[in-house]
Amino acid sequence: MTLPWILLFLPLAVAVLNQLVLKKTGLAPIISTASAVATFVIALMILGQSGTAAFKWATIGDFSIEIGFKLDQLSTGMMIVVTGVGMLVHIFSLAYMKDDSAKARYFTGLSLFMFSMTGIVLANNFIMTFMFWELVGLSSYLLIGHWYQKDSAADAAKKAFLCNRVGDFGFMIGILMLWGITGHLAFDEMKGGLEAFQAANPAIFSGVLSAAVLCIFCGAIGKSAQLPLHVWLPDAMEGPTPVSALIHAATMVAAGVYMLFRLQFTLGFEHFEGLPASTVIAWTGGITALVAALMATQQDDIKRVLAYSTLSQLGYMVMAVGLVHGEAGMFHLFTHAWFKALLFLGSGAVIYACHHEQDIWKMGGLFKKMPITGFTFLIGFLALIAVPGTSGFFSKEQILEAAHEKEPILFWIAVIVAILTPFYMTRLFVVAFLGKTKSENADHAHEVGPLMFVPLVLLAVLGLVAGYPFIASKYAPAYHSHSFQLGPITYISIAAVIIGLIAGFVLYSGKEKDPLNIPLFRNRFYVDGFYDNFIVRYFQDAFAAIVSFFDELIINGLIVNGLSRAAESTGNQFRKIQSGSLQGYAFVFGIGVVLVIYFTVFHS
Amino acid sequence: MLALLVFLPIAAFIAILLGAPARLTAISASAMNLVLGLYAAFTWQCGCWSFSLPVLEKPALHLAFGFPDGVSVIMVLLSVIVTLAAVLSGKAPEGREKLYYGSSLLISGGALGAFAATDLFFFYAFHELALVPTFLMIGMLGRGDRRQAAWKITIYLGLGSIILLAGLVWLSNLTGTFNIQTMISNKALVPAESQNGIAALLIVGFGTLVSLFPFHSWAAPAYASAPAPVAMLHAGVLKKFGLYGILRLAIPLVPEGLHFWLTPLLVLLLGNVLWVGFVTISQKRLDTMLGNSSVMHMGYIFLAIAALIAFPGNTLALPAAVVLMFAHGISIALLFGLADRIERNTGSLDFTDLGGLAKAAPGLAFIFGIAAMASIGLPGLANFSGEVLVFLSSFKSYNGTAGLGPVQITCILSIWGVVISAVYMLRAYRNVFQGPSVKSTETAADLTCVERIPALLLVLALFAVGLCPNLLLSLLKQVL
Repeated sequence: MTLPWILLFLPLAVAVLNQLVLKKTGLAPIISTASAVATFVIALMILGQSGTAAFKWATIGDFSIEIGFKLDQLSTGMMIVVTGVGMLVHIFSLAYMKDDSAKARYFTGLSLFMFSMTGIVLANNFIMTFMFWELVGLSSYLLIGHWYQKDSAADAAKKAFLCNRVGDFGFMIGILMLWGITGHLAFDEMKGGLEAFQAANPAIFSGVLSAAVLCIFCGAIGKSAQLPLHVWLPDAMEGPTPVSALIHAATMVAAGVYMLFRLQFTLGFEHFEGLPASTVIAWTGGITALVAALMATQQDDIKRVLAYSTLSQLGYMVMAVGLVHGEAGMFHLFTHAWFKALLFLGSGAVIYACHHEQDIWKMGGLFKKMPITGFTFLIGFLALIAVPGTSGFFSKEQILEAAHEKEPILFWIAVIVAILTPFYMTRLFVVAFLGKTKSENADHAHEVGPLMFVPLVLLAVLGLVAGYPFIASKYAPAYHSHSFQLGPITYISIAAVIIGLIAGFVLYSGKEKDPLNIPLFRNRFYVDGFYDNFIVRYFQDAFAAIVSFFDELIINGLIVNGLSRAAESTGNQFRKIQSGSLQGYAFVFGIGVVLVIYFTVFHS
Repeated sequence: MLALLVFLPIAAFIAILLGAPARLTAISASAMNLVLGLYAAFTWQCGCWSFSLPVLEKPALHLAFGFPDGVSVIMVLLSVIVTLAAVLSGKAPEGREKLYYGSSLLISGGALGAFAATDLFFFYAFHELALVPTFLMIGMLGRGDRRQAAWKITIYLGLGSIILLAGLVWLSNLTGTFNIQTMISNKALVPAESQNGIAALLIVGFGTLVSLFPFHSWAAPAYASAPAPVAMLHAGVLKKFGLYGILRLAIPLVPEGLHFWLTPLLVLLLGNVLWVGFVTISQKRLDTMLGNSSVMHMGYIFLAIAALIAFPGNTLALPAAVVLMFAHGISIALLFGLADRIERNTGSLDFTDLGGLAKAAPGLAFIFGIAAMASIGLPGLANFSGEVLVFLSSFKSYNGTAGLGPVQITCILSIWGVVISAVYMLRAYRNVFQGPSVKSTETAADLTCVERIPALLLVLALFAVGLCPNLLLSLLKQVL
């Protein structure tokens, strides 16, 4: 069982090596990419194995916190996603970042991310999950802020870290509560503890478990960018585009879904059926899916459209977990990882070719100029909108079925999202890839090199086939064989795609500027403004200023200054008699103290 | 042997007064002490470290040092590590080398004496000995409004010390000895009716020295004004004396008294974490921000102490407190040392004058980033090890059946401090290092190789305890 340890620690070793030794040699990108390839090979080798091993990180008496791994179908399947997308993004980055002066730092960040993400996936206990959860937050911070001299990038990095921290506040409390309830931190032992607690306290069981689960869900809200902590993800697009593909579409943001599913899997799905917390999770996911899709319809930045689409799709997954059909959510996580990484890398290729132009209204006609990118992007587009035959179709079908079975209102919300998704994606595709070029940058665009298009082609193939049972049953985490049947749900879902597609085409074909202008959607429901202005400026900063004022005025001003003024005037009196400097005072103070001790202690 | 550790810095101080080259003497004495301290960490149980010299016959008073348990060993380690980093990274003003390095050594010697003393009188006296040069350095070599800051810390800590002294005298009268070990074995002599009073004196006295809310307002201006080595040594090492005292004396001797004051203590520590946390957010300068942040983080250590008071069988609480004391000492010393660098290289610590420093000084930015991340509790660095154990220790007695108790509720509220410290630390990092370069940072110098040594020493300690907290925890086995 040394392979999982190598899988975990190789990227860390590479990150350290890059930072300490290779920073100035130009070897860092190659070493990082080689390690990404190696981890993918290892992930393939351990696929489907089971087992666990750990060492003690901290020991106090009979209590210990472990660092270890737990291999099962869920974690090894997830590792395929992480290392697979990771490897392709590393290769793509070799070309995308080749002119960047700080590419060693960039690849170090990627390796650090691979280490942290692997830790979350393999973790065998909740404290370890939390530790790597935080480290993922750090690597995301570093990579979003890669171009830290840009104010917008530095602010976005900070925002991402803080939103995650707010979620982790709840996460930590949830872990502590669950530790109290079950008496264990390791996944393998939690279920027994929970059931003992249930037997002893049947009346409060569901309330206490709900409270703990909701606290833990806060962590997922932060990391998977669900409402109301979603604001950091669109801003995170300030990072280099391959980072957006790896971290902010395929892997890190899916960690919340993975963690929730791991929680249900660990504690037993039966405890989550009908639990109030599950309802909250399902609705949070459903509402996020809808609101984010509405926001996506009015974004002009190609990456922001994709970012809101990611939010929306994550909402689908979270909803499925809340409906206690996490296997559907995990399946969608698996297919989405490939085609969304494809779309992001495709947009990266477009941005690269258009000299860092990101506004879709300044592109146009790219399908002809960049046929490979255009064609692969088309495949990603079809998979995302769930055209029958693509991978996205199969996984979304399962989510719709789950919603239909459990909660009709959520089912119809999911259907509306299924109309909106083809609508905004058609808008993106028609405006950016078809029609006439709309700017000089787009005129000069030409196809990218093989280091960039080979990953695109591979991802496109996966985006097409990853949903078929012959792939999914082998590689997808927690895959349930699921006999696919034509039925009313399929027809509704196909109708939704057609409606969205036609609406998008009719409205946007041949247009030079956006015929729709819905300020509410364009301004993201004013949530960002509310946070920046109200919460941060008026609430937090003003509150801090008020607290600081009182600290200064009362505690410092009246009490302390009063005392020190009194003392100083006494000191001034003394100064006239004595040496006249602070130095003298200090020594007198010292001697005085010793004398006081002497007289009180020894002459009493 | 232990006497050597304590008197080496003091001897070096005397040598400097007599004309030895100040910086060289200070560095070599501190380096030797670091070696001794590390050696002590491996061999502290052998008994060869004890030292006792009778001073008075009646009442029996010994100048005695020893390692009663691993807590002292860890505090001694913290002291020797920070001392070397402090004298290495400081730079004395022209012509004041004697005062500058001599005082730093004296603070170090005083702190070591207090942590190693097994006799109450010297426990107290060595701490006082360390305070005198602290006041002096702030008053004579400080920056900004140094007189005001010096007065404030002098008055405040002077008063705190006197209150503390009253409590200690009361204790030693009841137990009839100055020997701390004997005091603890005579703890039955501390009657229940005196416990509350003594506990109050000790909480206020030690609390003031640790900047427990609302006795905290001396700290930020004093650290902002203090020369770098003093800020590093006081915030990093000497401040831990109060916490050490509570663990060493108050917890074993007046447990019921402390329990009586548990609720007020919980409120006060929330004052540290939340109130001072918000005060920290509103700071506009790096030095006062760091000063306030160090006050804020004391709240977490008090949380572990509260968990220990609430459930005496809590085996996690003491190790949690000690690990966090060590971690905080190292990280705050690193931050103050680097802040001093930033000021020397750019001429300012005001957030509005700074920005984009990472471009000109990537090495400084990298190390400061590690220190900042340590301070906000990133896993892999020492502070996280301490904080996660503190949180776990306060939930040790929670089992879901009875609902959340006051300690758990305080813990939940103070976990919000994790968000607060991320807010101010990342804001500071954003304002100082990120964004476009400005005039003061365009041509600022980076750390040279030699200048990196003290910082790397501290970084190494942060990583060691962060990656392997058992390094410290194994020293604490005997306490349990």
